[in-house]
Amino acid sequence: MCGIVGLYLKKKKLHKKLGFYLSGMLDNMSSRGPDSAGFAIYNNKESKKYYKYSLCLNNTLSSDFEQVVKQKFKDITIKNISDHIVVQTTTTPKKFISYIHKNFIPISLVGYGRSIEIFKQVGNPSEIVKKFKLENFSGSHAIGHTRMATESAITVDGSHPYSTGEDECLVHNGSLSNHNNLRRELIKKGKKFDSLNDTEVAAGYISQKLSENKSMKKTLTESLTDLDGFYTFIAGTNKGFAVLRDEIACKPAVIAENNDYVAVASEFQAMAHLPYVNKSNIYEPKPGVVYTWGK
Amino acid sequence: MGKIENLDFKKNTLRKINNYLQNISYKNNKREFTVKNPSGHHALCAGLTESISVKINGHVGYYCGGMNQKAHITINGNAGTGLGENMMSGLIHVKGNASQSAGATAHGGTIIIDGDTSSRCGISMKGIDIIVKGSVGHMSGFMAQSGTMLICGDAGEALGDSIYETVIYLAGKPKSLGVDCVEKKINKKDIKKIEDLLKIGKIKKYKVKHFKKFGSQRKLYNFNIDNISDY
Repeated sequence: MCGIVGLYLKKKKLHKKLGFYLSGMLDNMSSRGPDSAGFAIYNNKESKKYYKYSLCLNNTLSSDFEQVVKQKFKDITIKNISDHIVVQTTTTPKKFISYIHKNFIPISLVGYGRSIEIFKQVGNPSEIVKKFKLENFSGSHAIGHTRMATESAITVDGSHPYSTGEDECLVHNGSLSNHNNLRRELIKKGKKFDSLNDTEVAAGYISQKLSENKSMKKTLTESLTDLDGFYTFIAGTNKGFAVLRDEIACKPAVIAENNDYVAVASEFQAMAHLPYVNKSNIYEPKPGVVYTWGK
Repeated sequence: MGKIENLDFKKNTLRKINNYLQNISYKNNKREFTVKNPSGHHALCAGLTESISVKINGHVGYYCGGMNQKAHITINGNAGTGLGENMMSGLIHVKGNASQSAGATAHGGTIIIDGDTSSRCGISMKGIDIIVKGSVGHMSGFMAQSGTMLICGDAGEALGDSIYETVIYLAGKPKSLGVDCVEKKINKKDIKKIEDLLKIGKIKKYKVKHFKKFGSQRKLYNFNIDNISDY
């Protein structure tokens, strides 16, 4: 089943409430996905010279990590939330990620970019949003997922959102049937995958197309031919997010839009707590049509 | 529970509200009820068996009014997947839009949708009348067995695919017709039925002349010997 949610705030004054609204959305979607949950928050406020790396510690002691990393890299700040850490530094991805992979093997990279922060964990979504203190996050837009596992094991690796490129992420409700073939093709093109999950392949596919300078709209339109299976996607970048349902449209989605925000979710339930939602323009995204919001 | 004013999701749970509405005694003089703040909850008003009238103020989730018998349900908002699924009798009126599979497998009664519905409206319906003032999505009327659909707007791809004896009256255009679904000639019986449905739906903008009739060509009813080589 799985539940997916997305929230794009059009007005700056609402940015500080992003986490609060999103935690309600994920909480309401616990029934669709009780196995694990995750979310990506986009905040463009920080200086452009920094990169943010979201890491899952996987039993590594954060104090050990901090001590070593702070000696190695200058101009570094570390934020510790539950079993995740967000490292903010000027060090480039190529250098930093290979250093982490080499020196801290148990630690997994959840995502990185100039504005994205990603968190995911196994367990009940209502508990997970509390552990990560999602209510306190601010930003311009966010994407979240509650998972009912079908394609791969209930692990952090198998949880959404999947981030396979700078400031990119994807959540998915559905299942893909040609992901093994597609994974092999993308590996040939140089993409790396951490799990056997179908959604990670779709995320890799989108990243690959975006790196070829294709727009999100074009990428997702092409995915209609290249991806075989059932899906409702929400794909995020630092500019905003896009929504796509496959042409058979078995997987639900509903959109509520008004002057303040755009909310997307698997079910209306997820957005029932949002302000003025009943007065918003509420509609279902049409099958096979790409919807985008952002700058 | 007992008190009518507590049919409010801010004060009560779905289970309690449903339980209350499902157990109204036929001797009860109070026959009209209002549900507040449904907030997209699922299966609201499912399994009602008495001829009561329920007004729901807000958007509802999946399977609203499912298995309904006799009750009149009015939704002042949108409805999720499977509205009036397997309904037996009574009436459901949605003032907004309805999601996919509205009226699926429903045996009787009437559903009126003021807005649009998405895919698979009336899938496998077995005798219900569905009136849609807007448009319907793809695969509507799929394997529909009996009953009538009246659609004022357009229809998505593959309208009436593998349809049995349901009759579809469409004022707009179908994007495409499904397998074995064809346009048919409107007869006197059809005129009467369309007039009745327009009256029930309180539709004045459309007249009988606007509608085309679609139904089964009945080519799939029996095995075609020419296809033997496929097996």
